[in-house]
This record gives sequence, C-alpha cells and structure tokens, in this order.
Amino acid sequence: MAEQQEAVLSVARRALRFAEQAGATQCEALVQRTDEQLTRFANSEVHQNVSESDTVVNLRFIDGQRVGVASTNRLDDDSLRRLADTAARICRLQPEQPDFAGLPEPGSVSMVPGACSAATVEATPEQRAEAARAVISAADEAEVLAYGSYRTVAEQVAVANSLGVGVEEPRAHGHLIVVAMGADGEAGYAEGAAVDHTRIDAAALGQEAAGKARASRKAVSLEPGDYPVVLEEYAVVDLLDMLGYLGFSALAVQEERSFFEAGKRIGSDLVTLRDDATDTAGTPASFDYEGIAKQPVTLVEKGVCREVVHDAQTAARAGRRSTGHGLPAPNTYGPFPLHQLMEPGESSREELIGGLARGLLVTRFHYTNPVHPKLAMVTGMTRDGLFLVERGEVVGPVRNLRFTQSYLGALAGVEAVGRERRTLRGFLGTVVVPAVRVSAFTFTGATEH
Amino acid sequence: MRDLSRRALDTATQQGAGYADVRLVRRQDEDLTVKSGRVEAVSMGETEGFGVRVLVDGAWGFASSGRLDAAEVDRVAGLAVRIARASGTALRQRVRLDDRPPAVGRYETPLQEDPFALSMDVKIDLLLEADARLNGVKGIAFTETMYHAQREWKAFAASDGSDTEQVITHVGAAVEVNAVEGDEVQRRTYPDAGGGYQAAGFEYVRGLDLAGRAEALAEESVELLSAPQCPPGRQTIILDPSQLYLQVHESCGHPTELDRVFGTEASFAGTSFLTTDKLEAGFRYGSDLIDLVADATAPGGLGTFGWDDEGVAAQSVPLVKEGIFVGYLSSRETAPRIGRASGGAMRADGWNRLPLIRMTNINLLPKPGMSLDEMIADTDEGLYLASNRSWSIDDRRLNFQFATEVAREIKGGKLGRLYKNPTYTGITYEFWRSCDAVGDERSYVMLGTPNCGKGEPGQGAHVGHAVSGARFREVQVGVGKW
Repeated sequence: MAEQQEAVLSVARRALRFAEQAGATQCEALVQRTDEQLTRFANSEVHQNVSESDTVVNLRFIDGQRVGVASTNRLDDDSLRRLADTAARICRLQPEQPDFAGLPEPGSVSMVPGACSAATVEATPEQRAEAARAVISAADEAEVLAYGSYRTVAEQVAVANSLGVGVEEPRAHGHLIVVAMGADGEAGYAEGAAVDHTRIDAAALGQEAAGKARASRKAVSLEPGDYPVVLEEYAVVDLLDMLGYLGFSALAVQEERSFFEAGKRIGSDLVTLRDDATDTAGTPASFDYEGIAKQPVTLVEKGVCREVVHDAQTAARAGRRSTGHGLPAPNTYGPFPLHQLMEPGESSREELIGGLARGLLVTRFHYTNPVHPKLAMVTGMTRDGLFLVERGEVVGPVRNLRFTQSYLGALAGVEAVGRERRTLRGFLGTVVVPAVRVSAFTFTGATEH
Repeated sequence: MRDLSRRALDTATQQGAGYADVRLVRRQDEDLTVKSGRVEAVSMGETEGFGVRVLVDGAWGFASSGRLDAAEVDRVAGLAVRIARASGTALRQRVRLDDRPPAVGRYETPLQEDPFALSMDVKIDLLLEADARLNGVKGIAFTETMYHAQREWKAFAASDGSDTEQVITHVGAAVEVNAVEGDEVQRRTYPDAGGGYQAAGFEYVRGLDLAGRAEALAEESVELLSAPQCPPGRQTIILDPSQLYLQVHESCGHPTELDRVFGTEASFAGTSFLTTDKLEAGFRYGSDLIDLVADATAPGGLGTFGWDDEGVAAQSVPLVKEGIFVGYLSSRETAPRIGRASGGAMRADGWNRLPLIRMTNINLLPKPGMSLDEMIADTDEGLYLASNRSWSIDDRRLNFQFATEVAREIKGGKLGRLYKNPTYTGITYEFWRSCDAVGDERSYVMLGTPNCGKGEPGQGAHVGHAVSGARFREVQVGVGKW
C-alpha cells in the first residue's frame, strides 16, 4: 500500500464543492482508490508480476435536465476545479434530457460485514510468489506445467452527491486461477476467490488442476450432437454471467432486448438465481456506484422470472426505488447484477455424474458470445477438461467441442443441482454457483485438441 | 517529467535492476452517446501516471502509480525491484532481451482536424442528425450512435539510453439501429459493429457520412425481422470488409502472437496452433492468395506508432506470404528465442499496465484483379455476409464461429434476398486455404477495433486491420438449432 492518503469520501466532497461553485443544480462524485497486485505464472515459473496504485474521481455534473460526466486521477484542488469546469462545459452544450430522473436521494445504507480483509490489503509480492510456488509444486508432482495468476485487490470506494448521499467502504478480494497443461495437450483448471486471500488454498487448487490435466491425457474425438451434460461450477459461471449481461438488467427489459418477463418460466423448478451483495458467500458490498444500498433481488425463483435489477434512472422510469445496481456514470448499458448466486441443490458430485446414462462432464467454457441475444443463444468452446460419461461413470477424456445453445434452454433442462457451491469471479463481479446436470446441450463442432 | 523518468531509472538501477524502463503516460478520452434521440452520455476523462519495468537477475518486476511526485517515484521503482526479486524465487529461465539501438525521437499521429480542439456541439449535432435519420424509419425500436476520441501522450525512457516521446490520436464513430418483434431483435450497424476507428483527426468521422448511411441501414434492420432464417449447409461465402477484418483479427492476429505460442497467455486467452515448428516447416496457413502483414507504419491504423512500448521502431512484419506462415508478432524477450529480432509489437494499455505482445495493424493485402462487385458477379451461388454480430474461437485459435448481422443470397452473380441470423464456422487453416478470391485496392479499407482484450490484469488494445473482402468455398453456414 502507498503511504496514508486523504480519505476517498473527503476527495469526493472536495470535488462536489467545486461542481457547486461551477453552478451545478445537482452533482455526484464517485471516487475509487485501487491497489491491485498480480503475479502471473506460465511454464511453471513467474513471468509477470505487477502492481498498480491509482485513485480516480468520476464527477457527474447536472444543470437542470442536462448531464455531463468527467473523470481524472489528479486529486489536487486545481485539477478538481478543472474537472468540475470540464463537466460543466460539456453538460451545458447538450440538449435537455426530458426523462432524466435526477440523482438518487440519500437512503439508509447498512454497512455489510466482510467486504474487506486486512490480510488482503496487506498482501505482499512474496506471499503471491509463495502461492505460485505451491501451484507449481503440485504441477511438478503430476508431471505437468502450471499456468495461472494470483491477484489481490484492495479498494476504497466513496460516493457523495449534493442531495446528501455520502458513503464510503473499503473492499478487497483475492483470486487465484490455475491451468495445468501437459506435453500431450492435456489440460485442467481450478479457481478460487475470497475476500481474505489467505483462505485461498493454492496447493489444493494446484492439485485439482494438475489432477484434471492428468485425467485429460489421450483425449479422443467425439461427434458433435446433443448430449446431456454435467456442468461444473466453472462452466455454470458463464450461464449466470451471460444471462445477467443479456437479460437481468431493467434497461434491457425497458428496451425490449431482454428475454425477461416477470412470471415467465425460463428454468426448471430447481433453478433459483439471486443477486445479493450482502451474502458473505460472495464478495460483499454495501452500496452501488450511485451510493444506493445494495438490495437482494430474486431474479429467478424455482424457474420463474421474478425481478430485474435497477439503477436510479431505470427505477424512476418504472416508478420504484433503485435496487442498488447502478454502474459508474456514464453508463449506457444500464444496471448490472454484480453479485449473482445460484441456490444449491441436494446432489453430490457423484450423484450428478451418476445420473448421466451417456453424456459429457464439462469443466468450463471458453470465449462464449451471444449469437442471438433475446433467445440467449450462445456459442463457445469447452476447455481444460471434457470427459465422456457412460452409465454414470467417467470413461475418459474427449477433445473439446463447440456448442451453440440457448442458455434459457439449458436452465429449462436443469434436472439436478449440486449441494456444494464455489465462489468464483465472473465477467464483472463475483458469482457463487453449484454444478448442475442438464438434460440436453447442443454441441455443433469439434476441434483438434 | 523527464526528471521523474531519470529518477525512476536511477532508483531502479541503484537497487539492483540490470535493465529498467519507465513510461510516463497522459491519456485523454472523449465519449458521446446518443440513444433513440436522447443525448445519453457525454464524458471526458483524463488519467496520468507512470509504470516502471525492471529486470533483476533475469526476472521481471513492474509497478505503477497515478501519483507523479519524487517520493512516489522512489517508492514505485523500489517496489518494482522488490517484485522482481519475488519473481526470481519461481524462475526457471532467465529473461534475455535482444539488442537494439537506443530509441530516440518523437512521433505524432498525422491529422487534419484536431478532434479535441473542435467544439462539442459539432460532434453532438452530427450524432443527433444520424440518429434522427435512423428513427425516421418506421418499425425501429431503439438506436444508438456513438463517438469516441482518445489522445495519448507518452514518454518512454530506458536504462540503455532510449528516450522517445509520442502523441497518438484515435477517433471512432458508429450508428446502430435495432428492430424488435416478439423474440426477434435485428441489429444493423455502420461502419461495423464495434464502430469505425482510425488514427486520424475528425476528418475521418466526417468522411464516414453516418447520416447519409442511416436510412438504408434502418430499413434493412426492419426487413430482417421478416427475412427467412439463414439455411444450413456448405456454401460459398463472400465476406464484406466489415466482417473479414474480425476474421483476420481472431484467426490470424491472435495466433501469431509469440507470447501465446510460448504459453504465457495460456491461463487466460489460451495458446496458439501456430507453434514454432510450423514456422520452420513452412506451414501452409492459407491459399496462395493470402498475404498477411503486421504493419505498424500503415496510414490511419489503430496500431500505427513510432516505437512500441519497449522502444522498438515501427515496422512491417510479414506473417503469411503466398499462403505460407513466415512470421510472428514478437518482443525483445520472445524474438531471440526463435533467432530473430523483435518485430516491435509490445504495447501497453496505459501507464498502469505492462507491455504485452499485441497486434499492430494486421492487414490482408489486396490482390489485383477483382473488385468486390466483380467478385459477386463471378459467383454463381453463395452468401454475402456483412457486419459482425458475434465471434468465438477456441483456445488454440483453430475452431471459430462467427455470426453476422446480415446475409444476402448470391445467385447467378447477383445479390438477392436477405437472410437473418447467419452464422458460419470452420477450422482456421482449412478456411484460409479455401480462399479463392481477395478483393483489389478498390475495396481495401482500414478498419479496426479499440477493445481487443488480452492479459491479466485485463488490457484493451487499439488494433487496426486493412482488408478488401474475400471469397471462401465450401464453408459450413447456418449453425445451431433455430
């Protein structure tokens, strides 16, 4: 960590003062101070090792129905005054936005326990190198090579606005990903995330990835087609990420680009999805980037669409209060669920796999992308361990396949859910997920490894 | 500023670095978005800071900060050395850099109309006009027009005496229109889905004529709602430049990154099928018509600069020559491992990121003989595919699948009816070997993407692609169950 610096909320309030002097009718300052460290390893050695310290001020300047946004990482008074003048200038050049709802009024924000960890804030390069060595040691034992990264992030986030919002919170997390690969092209994967990085068991994750790589040796080709699958937690992350991106935002619904309709069934009875930043199973946060308290939102309950997430603007259009899912301004994509969780089921891993007469065990997906957003039709590849299962037993590794599959169809086909969950990093936030068994998944192509 | 650079280098070398470099970067961004007739977002951002990269006993360390003062420079340079020493505890092969003469000089993007000197209301009016034209078409659900400009000033200095200054300006703009009916959402974009971008001034944005292209685009998005689904099968396809550039990006640009080949991106984006034995063997990547270069000197390209971020001068590197794989995108660390000198492809996303091997401008060179129109006239039966809608490729860059916004039937050398939701898939080298026509200079256009993702922590790169359109035979189209 850098030497003691001015509190981020104090920086935010200084920025507001300059915006008010520049004539803002309303204004909001978001300040994010980040200390991020990351150690990358490949071919069983550390090859990149980086550190970053920065503080960014994002100022939303409002004059009537006009809005301008400017940002800087220079924190002296002259720079913040210039920031306010810039935001004011670009604000006043615009036509009015008739439906701009204004900034959110202050509300009660209860600070969620467990958002930060002193151990993560104080993490050292030596600790990260030690974790890398533990992973490498596991790979050595399995006669494969280790690849991956170990990241520790300490943040301080503050939001203040001229209506009285004024909140700040320290947050932290650690994240380890491991890919183990052998000379024959075999590969395995493991990942862990936690607020307290010392809770990530690098040796265990190294062993998991190395073991899977060994099991992936001498993979054989399999014809693409429809197969029932067990998706490990690493693959389920992609389902939630993609559905969050395509459909769980109120703006997506308001613009008619979402699959989401309250009351519509999109999954089997076993599927319950929530967004809950207060759940300590994930990486908690107390408020969003507009300073609004994070509300738990049930997205899908027993397969049926319930609610989407809101920011201040979509909430005003809908005649309700924000659920605390605003992103930093300017944000043309709308609110986003950053803390998704899938409710666990009752099946052990053995029971999930045991339920496959002939199907595939999928470790994770790679490079997925929506082919048809409203149908949640997605294509992507399997990666780092794909196995054929017959009569409930894993019979051997198969080469990777391409799928082209509606993720809504996958939710509808969920026939068993794992009772254990993992905390993993998703596209933008943290996701807590179990493994699932899906009755049919459409694979449309094959590759050479 | 130069004092801070010198201080960082001195501190790092005094504390044990055998090599050190420092980049001071100041970046300015301007973004405008108009959505369905409303100015949705106007923002300006600036960020500045410095990054210190060191080699200590053959191990890398990098540290960066947004605070530009002497005490912070000392802390960050010292931290970079400490990090390198930690790296050294898990090192099997010491890093060796190739030799290059110290880089000294100044580079600035040539431009006619400085986008940052131009009043904001000119840009807003341009977007509002295009957006109004889009919304003038009946049946449109929502629209989005955007403009982005970025200017980066950077000073690079290294312990070997290098000292360069560069000012690079990029601009981009796009229109997007969506028609919705039930579960069907049909999008059309221009100049392409990610926006048209160049290293240029505002003259590039004016030249796009967004408003002039809007109406036809909007009509096509409405027409797509009732168009038949693209039929499956093996077909001849012609890729418009608005799709071909991304095909080049994914299936040529990324697999020729030498750091991927050596495994250093394996845990994130993957590796590459273009292993070094294929370079030695003269692997056939494509048909004889395929000439691909990584050209950091190409006018207007997002990957055009004076020097890369480790002080190697901009150059044009052949990647594929008459279909044969001949070269990589490389760095001072990776190139010596294949007995070559760096091709100058190390680029960092700002002051707080380590330089990685990135694409510069990966260009498919035009072939004299046929314009795109003549290529269509020369095709009995097939599909003309334009504007990317989605992309995906496996972790060795072999199996790819793309969707485009639109397909036009080609019959008897003429464009015919429209198909919706087109997709095509293949294996990289089989696909490029099936190419039997590449467009000539008349349709050769510089496109690019400002959001090529790579690395951890994530880095976005601005990369360019000049292409002219091309024809491929026997390609699988219409993938998936619809």
